[in-house]
Amino acid sequence: MRKSSVFFIYLFIQIVLLGSMFTHASYKQQTGLSHLQEKVNLVQRLGLTDLCLFTEASYTRHLSLADFHTAFQDSPMALEHFPSGSLVIRPPMDKKMYENVD
Amino acid sequence: MRMWIERHRNILDFTLSSLVRRKRKNAALVSVYTLIVFLLASVLLFTYALREEASILLKEAPEMIVQRLVAGRHDLIPVTYLERIEAIRGVSSVKERLWGYYYDPVVGANYTLMVAEDQDVAPGLIAVGEGVSRTRLASPGDTIEFRTYQGVTIELEIRKTFSSESGLVSSDLVLISEDDFRKVFGTPKEYATDLTVRVRNPKELPTIAMKVAEILPDTRQVLREELLRTYDAIFNWRGGILLAILFGAVLAFIIFAWDKASGLSVEEKREIGILKAIGWETSDIIRMKFWEGLVVSLSSFLMGILLAYIHVFFTSFMLFEPVLKGWAVLYPAFKITPFIDGAQVASLFFLTVVPYTVATIIPCWRAAIVDPDSVMR
Repeated sequence: MRKSSVFFIYLFIQIVLLGSMFTHASYKQQTGLSHLQEKVNLVQRLGLTDLCLFTEASYTRHLSLADFHTAFQDSPMALEHFPSGSLVIRPPMDKKMYENVD
Repeated sequence: MRMWIERHRNILDFTLSSLVRRKRKNAALVSVYTLIVFLLASVLLFTYALREEASILLKEAPEMIVQRLVAGRHDLIPVTYLERIEAIRGVSSVKERLWGYYYDPVVGANYTLMVAEDQDVAPGLIAVGEGVSRTRLASPGDTIEFRTYQGVTIELEIRKTFSSESGLVSSDLVLISEDDFRKVFGTPKEYATDLTVRVRNPKELPTIAMKVAEILPDTRQVLREELLRTYDAIFNWRGGILLAILFGAVLAFIIFAWDKASGLSVEEKREIGILKAIGWETSDIIRMKFWEGLVVSLSSFLMGILLAYIHVFFTSFMLFEPVLKGWAVLYPAFKITPFIDGAQVASLFFLTVVPYTVATIIPCWRAAIVDPDSVMR
């Protein structure tokens, strides 16, 4: 078989796999609807405000409700040193009405 | 047309043979290229899927949360504030929320304790998230002890655990009855942690928030739009370690492209010289180099993106998990729903495949226009 034919077969397989990646994603979105609904119900029923992503410090657990100044919050030596602090950027804060208070 | 296809296939056959001749060098090139695409695609796929899921879930979050601030810090809010907010025109309901953090010294983890009107949660009973159950090795029927603010230990029985599929919102949750909550934290009856507000017309939300700020100046109002914005900005490409990963990968790619664009090796120049001497035209040589660039970059791109998809959605972002876990003892073992942004995949394609392919053509054109005799010498 010609080398170019082998390459085109290889390319075809990869493109089919790429297409199946989108099909799989769409299938998982459909089959995962019940789980998604379960989470939506919990958020609605309990009035949850945040995702449970970082549980290492109290102020990283509820990012949207945390105080803006977190250093020294948990103990005198607790500088902002938790690893999640390097993952999350400060949220955009335009239109805040309590800027002067907080 | 047939002639044109056959001509290109012949050039491709020759290109592939040429790549196989230098198989070690090219295998290393394809491996590193695949790794760069894999890293970039992993980060992009994970952050997009997480942001999408957050936006779906938080659409159902309370429209406004009212918190009391004392001396610049969040404090308990008097329940009497509830009636004053309810009196504002346009407010449909106001509810008090009781929640807080509990540090469990047994395992060294933080739980989120929350009061809920749930049939499974009565005094003496709790419902826990999958993370709590896993960390404490406790299942329904077992008890977990809590130390109250007075130093007394109380034992609460687990009635229910939330499914692991809901871990993204419930992993560290402990649903508890109001009596037990107040017993653990000593929160007075006339105080709540914060208030959630629902309004009749969402367009009136900013106006209602202004009114709340006017009548209750010691409070801050967090709107749902702000919750959504927080999670839209999370894992933003400009943020911390993600920027470091992306910067490193992009830099490696630039070095790659630069190496290609800055010139050809003596061996490659000799090859071009010989091809020209035996009658190849400059355009044929450029075609050959175009195919070479395309073979390397397209194979690496497709392989990298497929591996990234498997990494993010089949192994739950395994390689980056230690970074996300940080120092957390209780970490949600969640699987995120695969949401893919086609535009993001397309941008990655144009950012990696196109510049590399172009970068391989330029030096080749320079070498191809030189006299073959001087190149071969």
